[in-house]
Amino acid sequence: MDDEMDGGKADEGVLGFKYRNREVADKVLQRLREMDLNIRIMHVCGTHQDTLIRFGMDELLREVGVEIRQGPGCPVCVTTPHEIEEAMCLARKGCTITTFGDMLRVPGTGESLADMHTQGYDVRTVYSINEAVKIARNTDNDVIFVAIGFETTAPSTAATLEHGSPPDNFKVLMCHRTIPQAMDVLLGLGELRLDGFIDPGHVSTIIGIHPYESISEKYHIPQVIAGFEPLDLLMAVYMIARQYRSGEARVENEYKRLVKPDGNQRALQVMNKVFEACDVKWRGFPVIPDSGMKLRSGYEQYDARRQYEDILQEIWDMEIQEPKGCMCGEVLRGVANPEECGLFARACTPRTPVGPCMVSGEGGCNIVYKYGKNRI
Amino acid sequence: MCLAIPARVESVNGSMAKVDFGGTVQEVNISLVDAEPGDYVVVHAGFAIQVMDEKDALETLDLWRELLEHESVSIT
Ligand code: SF4
Repeated sequence: MDDEMDGGKADEGVLGFKYRNREVADKVLQRLREMDLNIRIMHVCGTHQDTLIRFGMDELLREVGVEIRQGPGCPVCVTTPHEIEEAMCLARKGCTITTFGDMLRVPGTGESLADMHTQGYDVRTVYSINEAVKIARNTDNDVIFVAIGFETTAPSTAATLEHGSPPDNFKVLMCHRTIPQAMDVLLGLGELRLDGFIDPGHVSTIIGIHPYESISEKYHIPQVIAGFEPLDLLMAVYMIARQYRSGEARVENEYKRLVKPDGNQRALQVMNKVFEACDVKWRGFPVIPDSGMKLRSGYEQYDARRQYEDILQEIWDMEIQEPKGCMCGEVLRGVANPEECGLFARACTPRTPVGPCMVSGEGGCNIVYKYGKNRI
Repeated sequence: MCLAIPARVESVNGSMAKVDFGGTVQEVNISLVDAEPGDYVVVHAGFAIQVMDEKDALETLDLWRELLEHESVSIT
């Protein structure tokens, strides 16, 4: 967190405002040191992980007694091999597959969507669902949008189906997931002691602070919703530490400039109109109750799973193993760090990824590899 | 993937708006927010997901400074 904290790019803070001020950062670290801590905090967001590793904050925090773990906060990574196989199966049947960039290179049981693209199947990267709808308007072929992402992304899918009047050949393969349910299940598994959660800022922009409250009550764990600048994260850690020291366990909001207590009501309403909660498996986790979203009745014509039920049945019946030796499950549950995987930086690199955590820019393995730390 | 980037709204046309990401102007969907020209919005995957509260943004650092100045860590 040296030079970049003070100059150049650092001054780009939102509204020309500095959220990388070194003097404040030092003060926070000093306060944490005085607290004489020995705590472990989890965050559930790839962008938080990027900030932590890029600025070397994980080390600075470890020096003051705070260990940070990344949990299941990478939408690409928690997407299951079954869902990837569904998309590949539909590509093989001649559908046009559209999805966000990182999804393409995640290996299914063998190849990836990117490999299929090379073989001439119609697989395309889009930046937003708008682009996928545009593609559908210009073809008679069925265009499948593989809808991954947490609550940050799900409203754009809902709003498009509700107000965007997509053409009849546009279908969605629903893979959206909701974060608080996963946090609850993760704590319930009890695999590792956690003293606090840094809650994801942009997910919270949509859902607000209330969905986290039952978690703090149930497990007596402090939570702080945080933004993505280094100081946001340091302050979040400090706020958690204060709660921890005083025995409190509630949800605080560090990211007030964007997160309102009730979230984005308009986004929540359209999601609720179009989606209903369903149970869904996450990579590395068992089935998590109510953590998925499916299309409500009235939107069946857009539901790729319904429209292609006959074809997809064989995928649903398949037993799929995780790649041999890959510890993505453990990384996603926060019980292992990427370097603990025997394949890390050996068989598994960003050019030859074995698991999704090495593919995605939000994956724990990719981030550690990218910033060159602990490289073997 | 949950990355969201601030941009300034330049002009609004129904559910779409032209927004400026520090020099690059793009069209984004603003149907999930109440945004007017001049507002800062945060954009994710082609959709504005929230309007930035300028007052809160400007006050945050001062509040932090104050907190750190005045708070003594005496809880044991
Ligand atoms: S290093 Fe590769 S194989 Fe190991 S957990 Fe990460 S993605 Fe999986």
